[in-house]
Amino acid sequence: MKLARRPWPAAVALLLVVTTAVGCAPTAQTVTITIHYSAFDPPGMTVPAGVPITFVLVNEDPIDHEWLIGEEPFHEAHRTGTHAGHDTVPTEVTVPALETVETTITFDEPGTLAYICHLPGHESFGMVGVLTVTG
Amino acid sequence: MRRPWLSVLAASAALLITAAPTLACGGLIGPNGAVNLLRTTTFAGYHDGIEHYVTSFEFAGGGGAFGSITPLPGVPTDVVRGGDWTLQRLIRETDPVDELAFRAADAAGSALAEAEVLLETTIDALDITILRGGGDEVGLWARNHGFRLPPDAPELLDFYADRSPIFMAAAFDADAAAARGQALGDGTPVHLTIPTDNPWVPLRILGLGKADGELVEADVYLLTDIRPALLPKAGVFAESDGLILDHSAAANETLLDDLRSDVGMEWVPDEAWLTKVVVQSEAGDLDFDLAIDASGTGKPSAVDAGYAPFGDQPAPQTPVALYLLVAAVLTIVVPVLLSRSSAMARRLRPLAGA
Repeated sequence: MKLARRPWPAAVALLLVVTTAVGCAPTAQTVTITIHYSAFDPPGMTVPAGVPITFVLVNEDPIDHEWLIGEEPFHEAHRTGTHAGHDTVPTEVTVPALETVETTITFDEPGTLAYICHLPGHESFGMVGVLTVTG
Repeated sequence: MRRPWLSVLAASAALLITAAPTLACGGLIGPNGAVNLLRTTTFAGYHDGIEHYVTSFEFAGGGGAFGSITPLPGVPTDVVRGGDWTLQRLIRETDPVDELAFRAADAAGSALAEAEVLLETTIDALDITILRGGGDEVGLWARNHGFRLPPDAPELLDFYADRSPIFMAAAFDADAAAARGQALGDGTPVHLTIPTDNPWVPLRILGLGKADGELVEADVYLLTDIRPALLPKAGVFAESDGLILDHSAAANETLLDDLRSDVGMEWVPDEAWLTKVVVQSEAGDLDFDLAIDASGTGKPSAVDAGYAPFGDQPAPQTPVALYLLVAAVLTIVVPVLLSRSSAMARRLRPLAGA
């Protein structure tokens, strides 16, 4: 009866809890990286850790490119790699000529990563970007 | 056709590259991104509004395939196998070799459409395609036909397509060359006939796929009715770093007769001016083309040279200010030195007479 008489305080409390939870929850983000004349734009960005980040990779060039993101050992392995293409790992993406590709990654920890195109000659040409993951 | 003539030199870009064929005008890019630098030789003759462009693709062994992309100033009306000695004869004219050495040599799927194919032909082991399209369209065509274009290609293709959307793609099948019995060093000359009203020679394309500090070397022969005006002015102090005016003179009768006797060279006039420009530049500095005014007005186009409107730098000017400074220095310093010299002589004279 007591509850029946005053049902709204409990509902309000529940709503507050839900609202607070939603407000604090990490929200997915979408960022766009354009590739033009074999250069990443922007060449650097910052994203939060623990949040799904969808990268929209827009290749405006008539040649293929790659977007591989990771730490130095990861890139070192790819510099001498022989993969013809990448399409199964979210951090390793081939972006065909004049096409747009999306990939979603959640970075667990803060840190600094590089995104690089490892096609022959592309890294030395300047196809390097820096991603900062904040806590 | 809307302008320049001379076609190009060219190229580079390429495919696979297990092969090691040499391209007459450009470098090759291997699977590891390495570029093999080659000295290139190109001939561009201009007479009666027609450009005759001759270059050669040389078989250097290996297998597989490679290709090149060459911007052209207009749509060719004909692409045929060139004569066998035009390039060699020109080299001999400007760089004579001793007779013994010469005899020894004698014994030896996208939304964007691909570019429009205007002409296809096969010359020996070369598959040649003349394309019309913007940079993206030509690049896409090349990509879809097995060319592995280097990372600087998108910007370079736009650079040329904005001025003349005509390109020649040449795919060289080294396996086919070997099957044909071509020996190492055998060249396949290609002769393009291009109606156009003014000439230019693409030079910047020679740096395609090369690091900024890598050396680009090329010899460009021009045969025109009269002495041409060039931009940049090859050999002019402070105006054309990387370009050397190696030869500029009226072509002699013997040379013209020899050239005329080669296949497809009957157009060579009775009188002409022979110019040889040597390109010796770091790729990063080679950000221009060679504009040529063969009309006699002496005003080669800054657009044809790549300085405007697409270039991001003004056309080089004759360093008048520098000349004035030098003149001013000479005007002031020389009289002062002479004056001091005279004064010293006057002071010394008594001593000498003592």
